[in-house]
Amino acid sequence: MTSSFSVIPVPAPRRRNRSWAKFRHNRSAMLGAVIILFFVAVAICAPWIAGQDPLKVGFTAIRKAPSALHWFGTDELGRDLFSRMVYGARASLLAGTVSVLIALAVGVPLGLISGYFGGLLDGCISRVTEALFSIPFLILAIALAAFLGPSLTNAMIAIGVSASPLFIRLARGQVLAVRREDYVQSTRSLGASDLRIILRHVLPNIMPALIVQATIQIAVAIIAEASLSFLGLGLQPPEPSWGSMLNTGKNFMTQAPWMSILPGCAIFLVVFGFNLLGDGLRDALDPRQED
Amino acid sequence: MAEMAANRVIQVRDLSVSFKTLDSEVHAVRNMSFHLDRGETLAIVGESGSGKSVTSLSLMRLVEFGRGRIASGEMLLRRRGGDVIDLARASKPVMHTVRGADIAMIFQEPMTSLNPGFTVGWQMAEALKLHQNMDDQAAHAEILRLLDVVRIPDAAGLCGRYPYQLSGGMRQRVMIAMALSCRPQVLIADEPTTALDVTVQAQILELIRELQHEMDMGVIFITHDMGVVAEVADRVMVMYHGEKVEENVSEEIFCRPGHWYTQALLAAVPRLGSMQGLDQPAPFELLRREEHEAASSAPASAEPTVRYEQAPVLQVRDLTTRFNITGGLLGRVQRRVHAVEKVSFDLFAGETLGLVGESGCGKTTTGRSLALLEVPMGGQVLYEGQDISKLNAGRLRTLRRNIQFIFQDPFASLDPRTTVGYSIMEPMLVHRTARGAQARARVLELMEQCGLSPDMAGRYPHEFSGGQRQRVCIARALALNPRIIIADESVSALDVSIQAQIVNLLLQLQRDLGLSILFISHDMAVVERISHRVVVMYLGQVVEIGPRRAVFEDPQHPYTRKLMSAVPIADPSRRHSERSLLVDEIPSPVRRVGDEPLVEPLVQVGPEHFVAKHAIGTYA
Repeated sequence: MTSSFSVIPVPAPRRRNRSWAKFRHNRSAMLGAVIILFFVAVAICAPWIAGQDPLKVGFTAIRKAPSALHWFGTDELGRDLFSRMVYGARASLLAGTVSVLIALAVGVPLGLISGYFGGLLDGCISRVTEALFSIPFLILAIALAAFLGPSLTNAMIAIGVSASPLFIRLARGQVLAVRREDYVQSTRSLGASDLRIILRHVLPNIMPALIVQATIQIAVAIIAEASLSFLGLGLQPPEPSWGSMLNTGKNFMTQAPWMSILPGCAIFLVVFGFNLLGDGLRDALDPRQED
Repeated sequence: MAEMAANRVIQVRDLSVSFKTLDSEVHAVRNMSFHLDRGETLAIVGESGSGKSVTSLSLMRLVEFGRGRIASGEMLLRRRGGDVIDLARASKPVMHTVRGADIAMIFQEPMTSLNPGFTVGWQMAEALKLHQNMDDQAAHAEILRLLDVVRIPDAAGLCGRYPYQLSGGMRQRVMIAMALSCRPQVLIADEPTTALDVTVQAQILELIRELQHEMDMGVIFITHDMGVVAEVADRVMVMYHGEKVEENVSEEIFCRPGHWYTQALLAAVPRLGSMQGLDQPAPFELLRREEHEAASSAPASAEPTVRYEQAPVLQVRDLTTRFNITGGLLGRVQRRVHAVEKVSFDLFAGETLGLVGESGCGKTTTGRSLALLEVPMGGQVLYEGQDISKLNAGRLRTLRRNIQFIFQDPFASLDPRTTVGYSIMEPMLVHRTARGAQARARVLELMEQCGLSPDMAGRYPHEFSGGQRQRVCIARALALNPRIIIADESVSALDVSIQAQIVNLLLQLQRDLGLSILFISHDMAVVERISHRVVVMYLGQVVEIGPRRAVFEDPQHPYTRKLMSAVPIADPSRRHSERSLLVDEIPSPVRRVGDEPLVEPLVQVGPEHFVAKHAIGTYA
């Protein structure tokens, strides 16, 4: 009965790479990707797109409504909002993605260790996480940023570290559920190393929850960057970021609504794009989802 | 309004039910016709996906909640008042008064059908107050009456308890009491005993039967277990792929099955006692659709596979595994679950040792301890004469290669995110026995050996049926050429025909590869089929061990006898007449620290046949 196997070509029993095909056929995921790519392109090509100096104040054109000269209007110092938005995409996209990546990098390994090994290690990590949770997210970020010194990089680190307890707890909870599964037990009974079990079986199975949380957290991080910048702990004025523009704009809500609405729309679009992208990624990576 | 015979309660004609999926319509039930008389039990049998549950849900018009639609047909019901309505066309408000009142239903899983947050009494009272407008006092009196009807002792005490404090059998009694509270015309029981132990199942079946006589109900009994069918049914309706293939009185179905599918189904049913007079295990004779006239050529394994002349591969001596329950302010160990207590047995090369017992008897923990998934508290496990607790890391790895574990649920034991090919290859990668093309070739060889098409290697587990997945799990277990396979309830979750195929596969692999199998199961009939020797466990201890023939043909321990007599037999002429309806439950294995159970050596009663003579639990 084993005679025929040698004549059939040996197909690799590896992951069939249908993820990309599935992703491509997912319309909403592609829309998300297009939105994100658009903003990334804007951020990279800012000097060529902006047209005007985002820092140049013009006291003759304070809080002007959108016009042919100033497409998105001007702010309270007469700076061109379109240019500021274009340049601001850099800071906001960076703040959103990098700080979430930092949060993931810190939180997921700790959560994996905590949930998988349990015991004293879990006790220590969990107690520290709880302690961090007792401090409001923004207060913690402000404290860290103040400690590190004001700059965009430090603001991103501060936001990332402050958000990491969320990922520790999420990862830990997911691991606790997955490690009880028979397929993990079965691999354990084979004598596989913990590292192999964690990387091959646990991590892929807790991915969906992490991806969803990460895309939501990007929005929080963009806003948090604005708050830090507002306090002078993030990006230093007069450098533009969407969050800081929104923050200033809200003071002129009735007199100059475009000052807050347009950066708000940009943040909304980016977050929307990341959410679509995240959902698409989650489905594309799940073999149970058919294309 | 349509006419029905006077004692008829349900008349279904040409019922078709379809389900909408994203792009197509699935016809789950096609052109079904059947009827049910007062005081009669109609069993609907079929394998998973045959549409038997959909049929019953249609009667309750509950399919609509699952995006189903009654496409055509009529379902006449005689209500308690005597008037006849067509359920297929009844309005929503009418259905509200039908459900629970005229037709009641009990479900498979008694563990999840009660709300864990409220006491049993509260939940029962809620239903009574809602449907019958009773006040608190009247409801309480009615609850006590109902619990008495389902033979629950100490009904008043039970009312104040929460579902988690009750065993599965007790919960199912409570569910039955709730279902009967409105004196329905029709009781639909959807696999009501599948999740229960055999001895409890026997009690519940008897209970349903007696209540049916008392209340003159029609009962529709949905099950996949032909033994249960033979036990309860007056008439049997066999379903296959959404259609009725055969309907007849119970005796006819079992003695003279007309349709090939019924024949195939019956051939695959393990029957307790079918192995009488045989020393060796034997494969099932399977019927297939293409060759339904002739039995498939499964060779009878007459030649013995066991090498009793050699020293045993595995010797288990006084194995004890307990789980600590901590409590109190300092988290000290206060009590222990005595899962396995001084269990001893040998496993020889090429031998299948059946390990039977009911849930909580410690059979799974025994298997898990041997697979090094639990850490034993005491005793010795000798693999080829060497104590495994004294092995160094290198020899432990070798040991792990040689003892492989197959889990119960093939849906849970494969990583959903890796291809089955990788799952089968993984043991080789972990132990570095093969790599690259060599490993891939071995995967294909294993798949073929286990009856899987090698071109499926790149697929993911969700693309396979339960039986195929279990084959994948077996292939994975065989990847390292193990000497011992521990199969923990490995066929319990499968349909009978698939179960028979897997049992045959294990027997064939044993013959080809000389495997030793520790076959853990609650199903006495399957164990009888596959085992050379049998261990019966109760409350963490071995109560009887011996050659299969001796244990099954001449059981010595009262618990073994009780287990045997509780097994439903797929033969209506051998229906159990009267059984004890008393609640008879296994005592708790949880004990305080220091309160050790008494374990004495077993007493020999025959060649290689040993029995416990000391007091264990309720057996004094």
